[in-house]
Amino acid sequence: MTAPPSEVTATAAATATGTAPLLRTHGLTKHFPIRRGLLGRAVGRVRAVDGVDLTVPAGRTVALVGESGCGKSTLGRCLMRFFEPTSGEISYRRTDGTVIDLAKLDERALKPYRSEIRLVFQDPFASLNPRMTLLQIIGEPLRVNLGLGAAETEERVAELLRRVGLRPEYLRRYPNAFSGGQRQRVGIARALALAPRMVVADEAVSALDVSVRAQILNLLKDLQDESDLTYLFISHDLGVVEYMADEIAVMYVGKVVETGATDELYGQPLHPYTEALLSAVPEPDPGARRRERVVLRGEVADASNVPQGCPFHPRCFYARDRCRTEVPALREIAAGRTSACHFAGELELKGCRA
Amino acid sequence: MPTTEASWERQQTPPRQNILEIEGLHTQFELDDGVVQAVSGVDLAIARGEVLAVVGESGCGKSVMARSVLRLVDRPGRITGGQIRVRTDDGAADMVSAAPETVREVRGKRVAMVFQEPMSSMSPMHTIGNQIGEAIRLHERVTKAEARARAVELLGRVGIPAPERRVDEYPFQMSGGMLQRVMIAMALSCGPQLLIADEPTTALDVTTQAQILDLLRGLQEETGMAVMLITHDLGVAAQMADRVAVMYLGTVVEEGRVEDVFRAPRHPYTTALLRSVPKLGSGSRERLRPVRGMVPHSYRRPSGCPFHPRCDEFMAGRCDVTVPEPLRDQGRPGAVSCLLYEEHEEHEEHEETTP
Ligand SMILES: Nc1ncnc2c1ncn2[C@@H]1O[C@H](COP(=O)(O)OP(=O)(O)OP(=O)(O)O)[C@@H](O)[C@H]1O
Ligand SMILES: Nc1ncnc2c1ncn2[C@@H]1O[C@H](COP(=O)(O)OP(=O)(O)O)[C@@H](O)[C@H]1O
Ligand code: SF4
Ligand code: SF4
Ligand SMILES: [Mg+2]
Ligand SMILES: [Mg+2]
Repeated sequence: MTAPPSEVTATAAATATGTAPLLRTHGLTKHFPIRRGLLGRAVGRVRAVDGVDLTVPAGRTVALVGESGCGKSTLGRCLMRFFEPTSGEISYRRTDGTVIDLAKLDERALKPYRSEIRLVFQDPFASLNPRMTLLQIIGEPLRVNLGLGAAETEERVAELLRRVGLRPEYLRRYPNAFSGGQRQRVGIARALALAPRMVVADEAVSALDVSVRAQILNLLKDLQDESDLTYLFISHDLGVVEYMADEIAVMYVGKVVETGATDELYGQPLHPYTEALLSAVPEPDPGARRRERVVLRGEVADASNVPQGCPFHPRCFYARDRCRTEVPALREIAAGRTSACHFAGELELKGCRA
Repeated sequence: MPTTEASWERQQTPPRQNILEIEGLHTQFELDDGVVQAVSGVDLAIARGEVLAVVGESGCGKSVMARSVLRLVDRPGRITGGQIRVRTDDGAADMVSAAPETVREVRGKRVAMVFQEPMSSMSPMHTIGNQIGEAIRLHERVTKAEARARAVELLGRVGIPAPERRVDEYPFQMSGGMLQRVMIAMALSCGPQLLIADEPTTALDVTTQAQILDLLRGLQEETGMAVMLITHDLGVAAQMADRVAVMYLGTVVEEGRVEDVFRAPRHPYTTALLRSVPKLGSGSRERLRPVRGMVPHSYRRPSGCPFHPRCDEFMAGRCDVTVPEPLRDQGRPGAVSCLLYEEHEEHEEHEETTP
């Protein structure tokens, strides 16, 4: 069974918020081959990202949520071609207003955009080279991409450190002298070094303690206010996502299954998977424990062996016969709202707003 | 028997029967260039059938405290003071001074533990069934066949599908959520009266976390065992626990019933911690107001109140000099270690009392 073509590009969200998209993917797909044996023959494929249409309006924060392994990081990396997409388009609006397809550019043509879209990684410990000082770590993109001299680089790095709330005196220290939160700030400073237009934050706060996490979230918001940054905020933490994002895209096994403005989606989800995700979040309010929960059965489907019909059907409480055979397409249910469920709009799904 | 809950106990019927009492516990790591006071004077008690959550940020000593209870602190770590009384058939055993046989008897049979990293506490070389079987045979005389049958039954109880088949699989064949179920099965194998679960769901997705928490709650209700649930997730604590203890730099700064502590926190650190978490469903975009600054370097413990360099209520000349003692009898069960409450008793009136 093949998936039907996606019927909508999630543009409604952009028109609803009135901002033009900075980036938009169309049918973006990344399949990893599964290789076996000495010759490395491909015996199957992991559908890590499978025909994703995603719109990221300029100056806003779009969050990508879903269980681990659903393809969030792969999608984020494909956008900057750290992974080579298998197929699909990545339309990017340049500063002059023209639109280009990043997926078609070769490495050289891609270079200028590599400094406009930057990535902040999940693990502040693994992502910084322990043998480089902060000056070298943050200054590297300045030297390489802008060809700045030593004095100028140092000045810029000091300024960047100040911006992310670190002392400029730390310039010549190594990452191991810093705490997790401080290292994450270094990662952010490095991402900001080239004055990007868009930052892809892949679980950028997931490894942090709550108080440090809150400090970093505040910092990200301040930076957005200051320089009109656009964020693609990848996270599995729905509390943090609600706080950060203007719009949400929910992913399940390589596909976007629901999109919408944060308030609307949290108030009234239109896909059973979104309902289950929201319901699973434990709230720091002891009174809320009597709330009826939807505890999902089973585990995330295997991306190398996606179930027939609706990929979510083995775990879905609302599944009917049709769901076992027919793949639901992502379609517009209401203005600015899309869902890939046959019964979206008919089902009474619970959100998490009082 | 002295109890850290003495005054509250008098008001409660039936009286609390503590199965674990920790008093003045100190555990430290003596390293070449300094000493880390990982646990620095912890008082805690858990009653039969109670779920106590221990919360606090990374490095505050939750795991070391838990491992101290089972005398599982590795060198160069050392318990340097205090008592850890575990209820036994004939009274209590102090794990700090107990003989190795007693320690072994308490481990697994009375107190079992589920560790933070399930993978690292299992052997990659042996099947799940063999490992659970070993755990059973450590405490009971059963044949291999009996042990295997028990393993299958336990795996079924913790919700592993097709346990007869899964029992012969190896850890690497299982997902994180499944492994955590196996760990729980292993911990349950000897019917402990207290289960210590150290961040059992931290590495898992919210959906899998919800399944594991459901499982733990179900097992707790079914067996009546007490649970010490260590977590840095305030949501998990609120959903699961009867009581909560908040740790900061190796001490319990506030402790009480979940409803009291989360609805009307008294310690400035608890307040700040709760303020740091965006509230799901609130739709609020208001700036978060987290604790300022950072946890101090582990060799340099602040003088006076350990929280004073970061506290919004800091009182110069007092907080940096006097170490606050846990205060009880403040109109609700529990304790708070903060000088704000020491001076004026009338302060109580401003605080919400038990709902
Ligand atoms: N083997 C060790 N050697 C030296 N110091 C240690 C050792 N184990 C723990 N510590 C120190 O003891 C303190 C408490 O550590 P512990 O592991 O109990 O923290 P925790 O509260 O469990 O944190 P987390 O939430 O990250 O698990 C920390 O300062 C830690 O660095
Ligand atoms: N380099 C790779 N080779 C093969 N499979 C991969 C690779 N990277 C990711 N995958 C697979 O792709 C799927 C999506 O992974 P990922 O994007 O990392 O998910 P998420 O970030 O949502 O947790 C998973 O099934 C994962 O195992
Ligand atoms: S299409 Fe069917 S199985 Fe899929 S989410 Fe909707 S109701 Fe559930
Ligand atoms: S004792 Fe002082 S510094 Fe410590 S928490 Fe109370 S008010 Fe803050
Ligand atoms: Mg990821
Ligand atoms: Mg720990």
